[in-house]
Amino acid sequence: MASLKELKGRINSVKSTQKITKAKQMVAAAKLRKAQAAAEAARPYAERLAKVMGSLAGTLAGQDNAPKLLAGTGSDQRHLLVVVNTDKGLCGGLNAIIVRAAALKARELLAGGKQVEFYLVGKKGRAPLKRNFPKLIGQNFDTSTVRTPGFEEAEAIADEVLEMYDAGKFDVAHLIYPKFKSALVQDPTVQQLVPVPTPEVAETENNAVVEYEPGEEEILEELLPRYIKTQIFGGLLEVAASEQGASMTAMDNATRNAGDLISDLTIQYNRSRQAAITTELIEIIAGAEAL
Amino acid sequence: MALHFELVTPAKLVRSEEVHMVVVPGTEGEFGVLEGHAPFMSTIADGAVQIFKAAGAQPEEIQVRGGFAEVGKAGLTLLAEHVED
Repeated sequence: MASLKELKGRINSVKSTQKITKAKQMVAAAKLRKAQAAAEAARPYAERLAKVMGSLAGTLAGQDNAPKLLAGTGSDQRHLLVVVNTDKGLCGGLNAIIVRAAALKARELLAGGKQVEFYLVGKKGRAPLKRNFPKLIGQNFDTSTVRTPGFEEAEAIADEVLEMYDAGKFDVAHLIYPKFKSALVQDPTVQQLVPVPTPEVAETENNAVVEYEPGEEEILEELLPRYIKTQIFGGLLEVAASEQGASMTAMDNATRNAGDLISDLTIQYNRSRQAAITTELIEIIAGAEAL
Repeated sequence: MALHFELVTPAKLVRSEEVHMVVVPGTEGEFGVLEGHAPFMSTIADGAVQIFKAAGAQPEEIQVRGGFAEVGKAGLTLLAEHVED
């Protein structure tokens, strides 16, 4: 049985932990709103670009002179996995599920006799992936220097990936990131980045002949890298929203657990205080009777 | 007699409004878009987009980088990576 003083100390320490988790939860809730707004604001651009890409790629797909980013290198031996993790912890199992999804995909590819390399964005995925695949870790991209990763970071990542592609370092790239469903649910998603999967040609309603300036191919060649940038940007936004959502949920749970712990400890404290008083009384009464 | 004009960046929808004319610095030369323009797609050189709210009005200039223009039935849509008002 712990002494009264010890119990009191424990209650106090749990209380201060609860204060921290509660504060973190509120911060995450506020940041989540902002991250969601940012994700919302990015949607029109992505939608329109995808639409343009769809109509352009539809006309050019299957032709021999299609750009390399669309047609691929002709082999699918070497895969690059771009894994987007968070920079900070305290967000529950979020990074664990991303890493698990990445590892699953890597094992599947390795089992198929392919080569796999990782390109890691964010700090938290590095250690677990390095432990599982010590030889496959390629480059890291550090997003911890900026507060919220924006389009500049997406651009930098895309440039690096495209440079590697141009240098012939890989054939297929996948983007792995958590898709934000709600504060409770974040789905790890694997999405093919390079070669750009041909978007389904939605509707061929534009019977009117569209003029292209310069040409269709030139435009497509310029838009493809931009499309990849947008995809990566989308991934960064999703990871930001997911991080805050997961953090909010995790901290809410932690606050509640701390509350339970405090009430348990308080009951224990009161009981032992009562017990101490009773023992003292019994001692006094027994002493008085003995006289 | 109004052209629906939208300017979109990855970060947000910058403009969505009815205007008279927009002059866009295309890679193969500037072009102006009025209502009822034929369907058209073009890449854009880095430079200023001029927006004419009404015929003969002073143009409003917006600097864009890394842009792409699409003219369709719905009007003119400019996709730009960076925009400076």
